[in-house]
Amino acid sequence: MRETWRDVLQRSWFRYSESKITVLGLIIVVGFIVLALIGRHVVPYPAHIGSFVDFSNASQPPSLRHLCGTDLIGRDIFSRIVGAFRNTLLMGVIVLCISAPVGFIVGVVAGYHRDTLIDTLLMRITDIFLAIPPLILALAVASVLEPNMTNSMLAITVMWWPWYARLAYGVASSLRTENYIVYAELTGAGMPHIIFREILPNCLSAMLTKMTLDMGYVIIMGATLSYAGLGEQAPHPALGSMISQGVKYMPQQWWFTVFPAVAIIVIVLGFNLFGDGISNMMGTDAN
Amino acid sequence: MPSLLTTVLKRLGWALVVLVGLSMLIFSLMRVIPGDPARLALGPTAPEEVVERYRARMHYNDPLPMQYYWWLSDVVRGDFGMSTVTRREVARDLAEFLPATLELVIWAGLPPIFFALLLGVLGAMYKNRWPDYLIRFSSYIIIATPTFVWAVLFLLIFGYWLPILPSVGGRLSMGFSVPSITGLMVLDALLAGQPAAAWDAFAHLLLPALALSLGHTMQEARLTRSYMLENEGKDYITMITSQGVPRNVINRKYLLRPSVIPTVSIMGLDIAAIFGNAFLVETIFNWPGMSRYAMSAILGKDVNAVCGVVLVLGVIFITTNLLVDIVVALLDPRMRQSRSK
Repeated sequence: MRETWRDVLQRSWFRYSESKITVLGLIIVVGFIVLALIGRHVVPYPAHIGSFVDFSNASQPPSLRHLCGTDLIGRDIFSRIVGAFRNTLLMGVIVLCISAPVGFIVGVVAGYHRDTLIDTLLMRITDIFLAIPPLILALAVASVLEPNMTNSMLAITVMWWPWYARLAYGVASSLRTENYIVYAELTGAGMPHIIFREILPNCLSAMLTKMTLDMGYVIIMGATLSYAGLGEQAPHPALGSMISQGVKYMPQQWWFTVFPAVAIIVIVLGFNLFGDGISNMMGTDAN
Repeated sequence: MPSLLTTVLKRLGWALVVLVGLSMLIFSLMRVIPGDPARLALGPTAPEEVVERYRARMHYNDPLPMQYYWWLSDVVRGDFGMSTVTRREVARDLAEFLPATLELVIWAGLPPIFFALLLGVLGAMYKNRWPDYLIRFSSYIIIATPTFVWAVLFLLIFGYWLPILPSVGGRLSMGFSVPSITGLMVLDALLAGQPAAAWDAFAHLLLPALALSLGHTMQEARLTRSYMLENEGKDYITMITSQGVPRNVINRKYLLRPSVIPTVSIMGLDIAAIFGNAFLVETIFNWPGMSRYAMSAILGKDVNAVCGVVLVLGVIFITTNLLVDIVVALLDPRMRQSRSK
């Protein structure tokens, strides 16, 4: 009897929820994504996400009216944190959706041509990118270009793809001598067929697991760039820049800094737990 | 061990190739930035003929491959040119700022290895009992916290509420002076026979190094734990257990050693991340390292300084990984054969 979708889902959920803490991760991730998509419309003060000024309410400590207090010019910090979620999510999704395919192609082509000039060339280029401390490469790229959201994504993508190249290389070079690939070659299949129809399905679960596990790190890296002033610019909210601006007013106005920091930690924690769950579900060891 | 020697030599050759590639990458990155490097170096008010003379002297009018050649032939002699921001030789700037960063990275990178292995082994030994749960739970939180948040948190705790450790203001308290021998202050103070100064330098190091090391330490602990558990289920462990080898000998000799190998190879890659994060931590703790220099170089489009910083970091990173490969080869007999990456 063929397995129905229901069975697959049920089995996947069973394996995902084996460790209870990953369920917490799923809840955080779903909550975060929902808030990122519609949060701007449901926060108590939507206008405060942009350039709003209300000096009579400046630097208010957390209260029932302002859950996380207000900032230097009177904007509701809770609204601004939720308002920053959309770019935080976008950062992770876009960076991974570009660097994973690019890394995959480089790695798989090199792995398939193992021990040839193509392999050497591609993998040494990958090594070169890995030899530069990632944050410094990102800082250099982001500062050569205009400091904004798009360019910080570009900077992170530049440093992220080599990891996927390594992963795909490992899988491709070990599969290269498998019989089904040799047969496909014998029947005249071209390289695109072998890469996309034979190797890709075997890489997919490892790649997807790595992507979910990487989500949290990309978000940390984005927040770090934004902390250094190279991310989304004022008046738009970004978690990293909210922290860097708040630090100057520590410890008196602690709520400037503490709530965005907690937001980052919870989001990243959620994605890390979620990634662990996915990796249990797929039965892959992404490390 | 002749095979070990060949492996090392081969790795050394590749390290050189990667280094040349890195220099090309950095050089082209710095040449594609918008703006005339000569104009940027001399400022907007410099007269055109001065800029023209500077351009000719720096070979900026030659074709790019020739520019690269001129630049590289200087760099291999340790001459990175003048910094346009500090108006000094980049090599001198690096010699001044690099030791502080190196000391920070060494303290953030080496001692935590011990704790990472300890926590990983503990977690595996007490699997699914409270020490394991405690380690795993705290590692989730610690890994999810960005390095700069740790730095800010420590600054808050130790700067305002609990001022038992110096949190702002460089590497040494006022009143101490340590002769510069290696540039690593704790070591220099000990060599000069000043234990009080060494302790003071260590206290200054503690918070930034801790902020830098927490995340990757817990990451390595998790890795060690999962490899320990993976090897635990292998046939050879069942076999030696059935032969009556005592449990602590199995743990130490047959379980820990193979489980440490993947963790050690990850550590080489972690060094790059530590260097990157060190930039922010240095800024937050006012550490007189390379960060402020490199940041001002990056923002001021100071081509020579950026090339110098990135190349030096690249050399350090590649050397570290070479050493890591040798350690791995010593730990793992299989790796002594040619290992492909």
